[in-house]
Amino acid sequence: MHIVVCVKQVPDSREIRIDSKTGTLIREGVPSIANPYDLHGVEAALQLREQHGGRVTVITMGPPMAEKALKETISLGADDAVLVTDRRFGGADTLATSYVLSEAIKKAADTWGPVDIVIAGKQTLDGDTGQVGPGIACRLGLQQLTYVERIVAVEGNRIRVERRLEDGLEVVETSLPVLLTVLKEINTVRRASLPGMIAAARYKPITWTLADFPDIDQSKIGLKGSPTIVARSWVPEVRKVDTTYVDNARALWEALWGTDLPERLGWSAKEGA
Amino acid sequence: MELEYQGIMVWVEHRGGVAKPVSWQLIGQARRMAEKIGAEVYALVQGERVEHLAREAICYGADRAYVVEHPVLRDYRTQPYSVSTLEVIRQVKPEIVLIGATYQGRDLAGAIATHLPTGLTADTTMLDVEPNPSRLLLASRPAFSEKLMATILCKKYKPQMATARPGIFEALPRDESRTGQIIRVPFDMKEEDIATKVLEFYQDEERVNIEDAQVIVAGGRGIGGPEGFAVLKKLADLLGGVVAASRPCVDQQWISAAHQVGQTGKTVRPKLYIAVGISGAVQHTIGMNGSDVIVAINKDPNAPIFDVAHYGIVGDWQQVVPELIEAVSAGKPVAPLAGGADK
Repeated sequence: MHIVVCVKQVPDSREIRIDSKTGTLIREGVPSIANPYDLHGVEAALQLREQHGGRVTVITMGPPMAEKALKETISLGADDAVLVTDRRFGGADTLATSYVLSEAIKKAADTWGPVDIVIAGKQTLDGDTGQVGPGIACRLGLQQLTYVERIVAVEGNRIRVERRLEDGLEVVETSLPVLLTVLKEINTVRRASLPGMIAAARYKPITWTLADFPDIDQSKIGLKGSPTIVARSWVPEVRKVDTTYVDNARALWEALWGTDLPERLGWSAKEGA
Repeated sequence: MELEYQGIMVWVEHRGGVAKPVSWQLIGQARRMAEKIGAEVYALVQGERVEHLAREAICYGADRAYVVEHPVLRDYRTQPYSVSTLEVIRQVKPEIVLIGATYQGRDLAGAIATHLPTGLTADTTMLDVEPNPSRLLLASRPAFSEKLMATILCKKYKPQMATARPGIFEALPRDESRTGQIIRVPFDMKEEDIATKVLEFYQDEERVNIEDAQVIVAGGRGIGGPEGFAVLKKLADLLGGVVAASRPCVDQQWISAAHQVGQTGKTVRPKLYIAVGISGAVQHTIGMNGSDVIVAINKDPNAPIFDVAHYGIVGDWQQVVPELIEAVSAGKPVAPLAGGADK
């Protein structure tokens, strides 16, 4: 079984601060990490390999420094890790990104054999869109199962999973090849073993640049291939209101009765009594 | 000038014929945008027997409802839903397509935007259109853990697409007297040509629906542990409301994620929101500051939650909340403040 996991290196947005004077991001000192959801994807792939044999290939598109995220996946046990990097891939939105990644997945299939399962995290920490996974599935003609919380079984060319939805859990089955996007609830990511860390330290990720994709349609990549543009950004202001301070719960309750809430909420004179 | 792409289409999401509220919220927002540019609002309804939803969509503000009925559309599945959505989009040529940023909505939107292809902005919280002649969709969304807002445009491709967060936009009041056109769209697909089968659906037992609650009593780190929520629940029950939480409580597993308000949680706009022991980081307030009346109870007078609170009590919640429970239990205060609703 050949499983490809798409990983992105992202700034840890939880650490990002905003310069309140200029309204711009302070990127300095913000650590770059492998997108946490993607690591759950790597873990899911490794568990499938343990059960069914095969190989796990990790692919990322990004700047050369994204090697760090790839090495992390090698330390966990991925067989190979590919860095798809080229200035001309830069500035891509989700449409252009899914195009380049699907071309890379095709190339991985040519290199290591047909791909049965592609896994991505449910979304990235920085983009938060969850659109690249479905984009890849669509371009490669894969079945698409998003927001997977559990892989129940893979038997022959059928896969059964549980998808988390807002109101419940859905059990779905489909055929391979398939693209899954996974939630963090799907598993606990293993810690790198010592041999894994040594392997990662020695590992030189495979690099594919634009020159490695002779058939790629250059009008569909990078900034040029991206239909969406960020027109402006600003720091959201939290609505500030004049706060009426009251001394205690009784005063608060009286104050609430002074608003239109009792009428709108249908509080009766004997509410709760 | 006749435009090639016209109108704003909203995808009506439902389960078993019961619409998700976000569908009507987006029709409401589409209506407001459509008025600005003189466009029509279209609803897209797919399913097995769903014509009643087409009628509903019109009551909520759609001018036309396109209905695709077929047994293969009974449950949401990417393939039949994306194929039929694409057929309708290609036929009707709306200039804007809006889809709820739910799990199913994001699954569908990502697939069809790639097929078309066109630009798709995910998870928007503000939607507007530029006036004629540009009619550009101004799709704005939070970025970098809600610390920044960004407006995203799709200038060269049509339709312009966005998914939008549930609970942000307001639905129009349901109006039975509204009229509109219901258009049936023929569709055929064989079940055996669809690889994906939905085998089972387990509805969550604990049905917490904080998004539709009128009153929310929310706890934060300050309440100290899961026991605190039992006290908050008592207050919420008395007020006919539900209990919610800020992220740290969910991370600590004091309460389930279904209760979480704010970034990575839900956006709520109840009539009354009582924040107990919540400091009020922007990641939380972004999910609740649309509430009509906000009460903050916190022992730290400098907690940012007071910036968004209409009423504040600086004090220990363990004292304040039981007193409030007592006051609420006693019913209407004997001597309400001036301007009270004494009628």
